[in-house]
Amino acid sequence: MKIVVTVKQVPDPNATQGLESDNTIARDREVVLDPGDEYGIEEGLVLKEAQGGEVILVSMGPERARDAIRKGLSMGADRGILITDEQLAGADALLTAKALAAAIKAESPDLVICATESYDGSTGMVPPMLAELLDMPQLTTAKQVEVSGSKVTIHRQTEDGYQVVEAETPALVTVTAGIAEPRYASLKGIMAARSKEVKQVGLSDLGIEKGEAAETVLAVNDAEARQAGEVVEDDGSVGVEKIMAVLQTAKVV
Amino acid sequence: MAGIWVYAEIGQEKLAPISLELLAKARELGDAEAVALGPGAGAAAAELGKHGAKTVYVSEDAAFGEFIAEPAADTMEALVKQHSPDLVLFGFTTDSREVAGRLAARLGCGLISNALDVKSQDGGFVARVPYFGGAKIADYKANAKPAIVLLRPKSVEASEVGGEAKVEQVQATIGANSKRARILERKVEAAEAVKLEDATVIVSGGRGMGGPENFPILEDLAGALGAAVGASRAVVDAGWVPYSMQVGQTGKTVRPGVYIAVGISGAMQHTVGMKASKVIIAINKDSEAPIMKMADLGVVGDALKIVPKLTEAVKAKKGK
Ligand SMILES: Cc1cc2nc3c(=O)[nH]c(=O)nc-3n(C[C@H](O)[C@H](O)[C@H](O)COP(=O)(O)OP(=O)(O)OC[C@H]3O[C@@H](n4cnc5c(N)ncnc54)[C@H](O)[C@@H]3O)c2cc1C
Ligand SMILES: Nc1ncnc2c1ncn2[C@@H]1O[C@H](COP(=O)(O)O)[C@@H](O)[C@H]1O
Repeated sequence: MKIVVTVKQVPDPNATQGLESDNTIARDREVVLDPGDEYGIEEGLVLKEAQGGEVILVSMGPERARDAIRKGLSMGADRGILITDEQLAGADALLTAKALAAAIKAESPDLVICATESYDGSTGMVPPMLAELLDMPQLTTAKQVEVSGSKVTIHRQTEDGYQVVEAETPALVTVTAGIAEPRYASLKGIMAARSKEVKQVGLSDLGIEKGEAAETVLAVNDAEARQAGEVVEDDGSVGVEKIMAVLQTAKVV
Repeated sequence: MAGIWVYAEIGQEKLAPISLELLAKARELGDAEAVALGPGAGAAAAELGKHGAKTVYVSEDAAFGEFIAEPAADTMEALVKQHSPDLVLFGFTTDSREVAGRLAARLGCGLISNALDVKSQDGGFVARVPYFGGAKIADYKANAKPAIVLLRPKSVEASEVGGEAKVEQVQATIGANSKRARILERKVEAAEAVKLEDATVIVSGGRGMGGPENFPILEDLAGALGAAVGASRAVVDAGWVPYSMQVGQTGKTVRPGVYIAVGISGAMQHTVGMKASKVIIAINKDSEAPIMKMADLGVVGDALKIVPKLTEAVKAKKGK
């Protein structure tokens, strides 16, 4: 089975956040493989181990996004494709999906795995767009994935439980956190990753033209922040007294 | 006047509440119309009419409820091409965003997602979108026609205006190859006593609760208060509680009268889902936790000690 996992490099969630004066994310920030995509890689590897085949990582981003691919290769993926092009700086979801789709199409995979949403973009729009452009069904927010022959079955997380959803491959699956605990890269894995192939392609290689952006940023302002109220140190009773007073004012008790 | 469309989401044959919120916004922007697809669409149309939809395009075709996104995207594409609305509003929910994503890719027009508000400006539409984890708000102008905007739940208040929609039965335009991701079964795992979205008081627990074995302490407090229990994503991912309890960016958006955050640090992705609450109370052993900077009352201390005492106090006060 040929499996493509999309991986994105994002600002490190654990690093202190920084914004430049022009409201772009500070360039010198630490970047990491999106923690959400680690689940996708893990699921890809689990399926490969059960079924045989190949796991290919595809990322769109600046040159240094190669590190995100490397990390996935050291976990055990087989090879990577990095889509990088100056014209892609600040790409919106549709352009991102178009670039990813072109690179993925050339591989004719049986399964494409994405995370439900990225850490920084957080809109979850790339996967459905990608599914559309690849002409694949989408099986989304999976907390369990099973492949049997040409059938993919997932448990799709819902508000009050889950749905069992099924489709024929080729298909696109999005996975949620908790689907499988991502493995750590072993030393052997890290060594092996060095010699694995990471192909680099640009927009012209993919035959894509950058169209008009779907939106223009007019302004960026500070969000309205809530004012901090009173902070009290509990001494065994004052905490409960204060909370009761607030609940009483709010007419809850 | 501009044609403003609402994609009325129908989940399990019932109109999703977000659809009525979207209509309130659509009415403000122009002539509101809605599209309702799937079993239950007919009944939904009456409700949509009461909330100001002038026309509702309806199809009761079973395929909309049975297959993920594709049949709806197909039919929306056909309807949009036929009627050329200026703006199509979707809810920022799992089901709706999948339809919106496919539709936008197909029309090649892109979209603006995760918006808090949208207004008309200079003959176009400008949406307000949280940016950088919610610390900033960006104003995005939509360049395409139709503009497609996904609004976060609870960004707008639904309101009834009375009225009756003209119901227009439409043909389900579903491609031969679009019945692919089939929903075979629906499993209900957690039916909450008080629904999180409707609760006037919410008690939410985070990693500071120490483990799933301590969540009953919160349930006791919630029971005494008549509150619903929520949670941070950290404890949902850890499997302590089901996803239905998650509040935040990727969970539910709530705006109760009182929100009590217990052992929750207050990460942006959590607070974006609860910061519109009227009163916020935080219990956290760390006085520097971000939640303390937005709470109306922050109590610094051990939740496992404070919460049981609070429950007793509430019970005593209520005379139970
Ligand atoms: C794309 C994306 C989407 C996300 N969506 C969501 C979302 O929808 N909802 C969400 O909640 N998160 C979401 N997150 C995760 C979010 O960033 C945080 O990681 C999460 O909210 C942290 O949960 P927490 O506050 O329970 O845990 P922690 O951050 O670990 O905080 C635990 C807190 O408990 C306190 N504590 C410890 N012991 C005690 C004690 N005995 N008594 C009192 N206090 C104690 C600590 O001081 C600390 O402040 C998302 C993240 C990403 C990347
Ligand atoms: N630039 C990118 N490169 C590779 N994968 C991406 C990229 N952007 C988004 N994705 C994939 O799509 C998922 C959802 O992203 P988003 O739509 O931005 O929330 C991510 O978790 C990735 O798996």
